[in-house]
Amino acid sequence: MSLWRQLRHGLHVLLHPSAASQDVADEVRHYFTMAAAGHEANGLPPYAARRAARVATGNPTTVGEQVHSHRWEFWIETAIADARYAMRRLRAAPGFTLTTVLTLAIGIGATTAIFGAVYPILFEPLPYAEPRKIVMISDRTDGGDRMDVTFGTYTELLARSRSFSALAVIRAWQPALTRHATPERLRGQRVSASYFRTLGAAPFIGHDFDATADRPRGDNVTILSYGLWQQMFGGDRDILGHQITLEGDNYTVIGVMPATFDNVLAPTAQLWSLLQYDASLVSTGDSTRYNSREWGHHLTMVGRLRSTSGLAQATREVASIANSPVPEFARPDWASLSGGMIVHSLQQDVTSSARPALLAMLGAVLLLLLIACMNVTNLLLARATRRRGEVAMRAALGAARSRIIRQLLTESVLLSALGGALGLGIAATGVRVLVALSPPGLPRANAIRLDAPVFVFAVGVTTLIGLVVGLLPAIQITRAGLQSGLRRSTARTVGGPGATRGALVIAEVALALVLLVSGGLLLRSIGRLLATPPGFAPAGLLTMQVAASGHQYDSTAARYLFFSDALDAVRRVPGVSAAAFTSQLPLSGDRDGYGFRLESDARSEGTEGANAMRYAVIGDYAQTMGIRLRHGRLLGDHDIAGQPLALMVSESLARGYFPGTDAVGHRLQVGPDTAWGTIVGVVNDVQQASLAATDRNAIYVPVAQWVWTDATLSLVVRSRGDAAALLPAVKAAIWSVDKDQPIIRVATMDAMVAMSAAAQRFALRVFEVFGIVALALAAIGLYGVVSASVAERIREIGVRTALGASPADILRMIIRQGMTLTAAGIVIGVAGAIEATRAIASLLFDVSPLDAVSYATVIVVLACVAAIACWLPARRAAGSDPLIALRME
Amino acid sequence: MDDANTDVIQGTLDMLILKTLSLQPLHGFGIARRIEQISRDVFKVNPGSLLTALRRLERAGWLDAEWRQTENSRRARYYILTRAGRKQLESETSDWSRRAAAVARLLNAEG
Repeated sequence: MSLWRQLRHGLHVLLHPSAASQDVADEVRHYFTMAAAGHEANGLPPYAARRAARVATGNPTTVGEQVHSHRWEFWIETAIADARYAMRRLRAAPGFTLTTVLTLAIGIGATTAIFGAVYPILFEPLPYAEPRKIVMISDRTDGGDRMDVTFGTYTELLARSRSFSALAVIRAWQPALTRHATPERLRGQRVSASYFRTLGAAPFIGHDFDATADRPRGDNVTILSYGLWQQMFGGDRDILGHQITLEGDNYTVIGVMPATFDNVLAPTAQLWSLLQYDASLVSTGDSTRYNSREWGHHLTMVGRLRSTSGLAQATREVASIANSPVPEFARPDWASLSGGMIVHSLQQDVTSSARPALLAMLGAVLLLLLIACMNVTNLLLARATRRRGEVAMRAALGAARSRIIRQLLTESVLLSALGGALGLGIAATGVRVLVALSPPGLPRANAIRLDAPVFVFAVGVTTLIGLVVGLLPAIQITRAGLQSGLRRSTARTVGGPGATRGALVIAEVALALVLLVSGGLLLRSIGRLLATPPGFAPAGLLTMQVAASGHQYDSTAARYLFFSDALDAVRRVPGVSAAAFTSQLPLSGDRDGYGFRLESDARSEGTEGANAMRYAVIGDYAQTMGIRLRHGRLLGDHDIAGQPLALMVSESLARGYFPGTDAVGHRLQVGPDTAWGTIVGVVNDVQQASLAATDRNAIYVPVAQWVWTDATLSLVVRSRGDAAALLPAVKAAIWSVDKDQPIIRVATMDAMVAMSAAAQRFALRVFEVFGIVALALAAIGLYGVVSASVAERIREIGVRTALGASPADILRMIIRQGMTLTAAGIVIGVAGAIEATRAIASLLFDVSPLDAVSYATVIVVLACVAAIACWLPARRAAGSDPLIALRME
Repeated sequence: MDDANTDVIQGTLDMLILKTLSLQPLHGFGIARRIEQISRDVFKVNPGSLLTALRRLERAGWLDAEWRQTENSRRARYYILTRAGRKQLESETSDWSRRAAAVARLLNAEG
């Protein structure tokens, strides 16, 4: 009840502030009058009585304040009064307020935007039940790299391991959906029946996969993503139980995943079907069955740990299973697990590729925020110096130091609140720009948004900044100002705040240098990366993926016929100078590695051996791509079926495996159970995986002489003019052979090359923007300090001029002062950059983190900008009239 | 100023106010004068402390306050002891007596 009374009275006071303070004032005045009356009654004259009463009771105003200050609502009233006062003060200095608020808005906005992008990717748990229990399991090559698992290994782990409550394997699947006239290529996954259960997800209508259908010739069933269900089937619940035609087969729709399901392993997947591999092939241990898809390294394995087992325990168990083969799970050489297995948390796995760039950006933005804060502190210090007189006056009138500090802090918190509000607006735009700029492979990009944690972060940062940037000036002004401030409002000596401000500018210059050097290194990396010869001539090349899907292409011969007919049709298109098909396209993300054996080297027998990219090609692939012949001859239309297998290899492979001799004429076996082929030519290296890749072993085989024809091949077309303009004619040519075959992933080779540097480019853009903003902030800071120093030294400058110093002398003196600060900042910054750029080493390509050119350029740019920032106030000082300066006394 | 005048003993001001008001409603100055008179000027009441304490006791529900005419027709804020205030006074008085007696015993103890 007493609490209620407290609240009620307090609210009453807050709602009727003038009535409440009048009430107290009346009571105090009555008390005072009564005291005076008492003295008068004792015989004192009225004037003396009032005086005695005042001595005895004290200052009525002070008494009133004392009464007020004991109530809880008092601090709210003070805060409001402080905020009002601060508001008035800020409005009186619009230039200062605008600069400060904008600086803070940029700092807070950029930090919030980057945090918003980084938080869901790096720190937010994946959107699954108990996400920490989900792990990825992969084979480990003898070299220590990760490799996709085989179905055989999955079957063995499923039977032998005890650490997992569920295991699942997945592979990519791009079925053609036939519904209308034009077939559509969908993106999906073939999964074991346990996939959704492993992730802890389930369809929201219909039901999950049934394990009994997950066997060869089991029922064809599919589960749709929410997006596909909405987009293609209009969100119709009746789709359940109906059939759709995929790759010429009928699939029954058995479920739809909820909209909230985020398939982080393949974010663009639109539908799922069962893997339907043959587990019986594996457990018989029959080595004649090794040449089947069940033993190919092409599956991704995920597992859910039992609640009782951890990552370390699972890793140990998987390692011990890998090291102890049992007869019922006999393994072929290439899946012997001799290199062991790798168990990773899914979270780590999904984000590991993006982590370095994102952490670098987070670091960069924190540096920027720090610079912004220093700049604002600097502005506040300058302002505080000008306000010494006012503060000293308030102190003399009885304000406690803590009260003045609180008042000054209110002002800085208010500034940062304004900056934060504006910053949130900047962040909202920034997040959208970041998503638009983000490289296509960025994991969980769909989770980037401004939400509660990000908002809390922004508010927290804002408040903290307000307190931190305000505290230093507040302490300094109340220490220096309270005694001396009243004596003279213009200080004769430079020191105190001046020295602090100098130190802040040095730090700003140093931090800006770190940012600029990092940006410079990234810029040079991209330059180097894009200057890397890809090994072919991208200009004028059009590429697209073509598939032979449907039962009419079940035989390898039918597929070959389709592709060779399509190639002939494309070659007849006017404007096409050359065309070819290939099983994998450089820089496209295709990755088709094969083991191979040398006839001349018996040691390679039985080991995991040598690996190379396998390109199965139709037509003049090397000529079309602009890959140059080094030795021997190129593959072409004359390499027809029935002749011995002819091979073309890359320079690196030839040098590595046939050092000092001619590779042409040697024989290789590519993959298991294929014929021995003879090398007929050596061509230059090609960057397959990325421009930065170092893996350049390649073997080219003619599809005509290969054991099978892949169902999906990439077409490359060299045009005489604009490559993109050929597209409609090329598509029409392919569809003239079979109008039901979808064509996807259309891109010019130039675009593919540009895309392959997307991750670095993303980081570069961010660093570029931050670097420029940091440079501007540091310049503003420097300008402010030099200007303030000129203003403080105006009398000294006047004296010097009067004693014969020329304007040039004055100019030199002022610029020297500013450049000394800059030089100190540069020295510290270089030391800092040497440390900091180690963090971005993994983003650099062919550029040392200590690259002299980057450092030198940045130092020159920084020095020039600093010189301009010093020169402006220095010119003003040099041009000032000594008489005016001296009369200011 | 008389040197014998001392500030009210820390923590007893509330009890003195409640006791004073238990005889009759009074305004702030009246309470101060009554405390000083009855204590024979041993206690000097600081107006700031007194008025603050009055507001606090009012908030706590031990006092009610209203503006009334004084005998010489001025308006003054009169404080009235509530039922809760009377209870509080009783408990504070007995508590104080217990402590005072204990202190007295300690001071009077021989040897």
